Amino acid sequence: MTLTIVVLSLTLLAAAWTVMTGGLIRAVLGLAATSILLTVLMFMLGATLAAVFELSVCAGLITVVFISSISMTQTASKSDSAKWARGHLLHYWPLPILLVAVGAVVALLCSGLRVEPPPPAAAADVRRILWESRQTDLLGQGIALFAGILGVIVLFKERRK
Amino acid sequence: MPADAIAVLKAYWIFIVPLAAAGLICLVMTRNFIRVLIGLELMTKAATLLIIVSGYASGRLALAQAIVVTLIVIEVVVISVAAGIVQGIFLLNESLDIRKSRNMKG
Repeated sequence: MTLTIVVLSLTLLAAAWTVMTGGLIRAVLGLAATSILLTVLMFMLGATLAAVFELSVCAGLITVVFISSISMTQTASKSDSAKWARGHLLHYWPLPILLVAVGAVVALLCSGLRVEPPPPAAAADVRRILWESRQTDLLGQGIALFAGILGVIVLFKERRK
Repeated sequence: MPADAIAVLKAYWIFIVPLAAAGLICLVMTRNFIRVLIGLELMTKAATLLIIVSGYASGRLALAQAIVVTLIVIEVVVISVAAGIVQGIFLLNESLDIRKSRNMKG
């Protein structure tokens, strides 16, 4: 229980740092840290397959995509970036207070909440569920990937003059 | 379900809502296109954790994992295409400032 609270607090801290930090690279690194901590939480809940996906895809691939985008669009000089970073921090200073307030309100609402015990379900394998019960999801995933590939091809296609 | 497990679940719920709120605030308050995507990612993280916790609480963790795998695939596609669009906007405007993108009318 204590470990869960510690990891959850670190996740929220990483998320707040992602929003509040001035530099874009630091924000992306904060997002990667949030993903890694989310992976730890998933492992603690027993969702190992989803945790592996989260670690490799969200903490790895998406971070690479973000850093590539930032490096391809970076134009501001270092002094401009530092000036903007200070303004950004001043802009977001109420965020930690707001997050703690939201957490307190949810805690208050949860105090009267009753959690029913889960129904006795047969232990199912995630691979079996994915391939036998959720075939439409797999079809949707394939279509989404195909659409994404086409979208990237169209976006990066050289325009003929 | 033991009392300790119920306390763990409540702790998760208390932290998921501020996580989604952080993403929403980043999404709404920023003027940078890449930060908008980062805010969207944070909100997706909260949704992912909510699905896993719901699966754990209802005893259907395998189903929740299958849904999360689908969510992650869609997330990657959305972010990749959105990053491409952001680069296109940057090439057009030479800026990532949302206020300077006034030439996007269809």
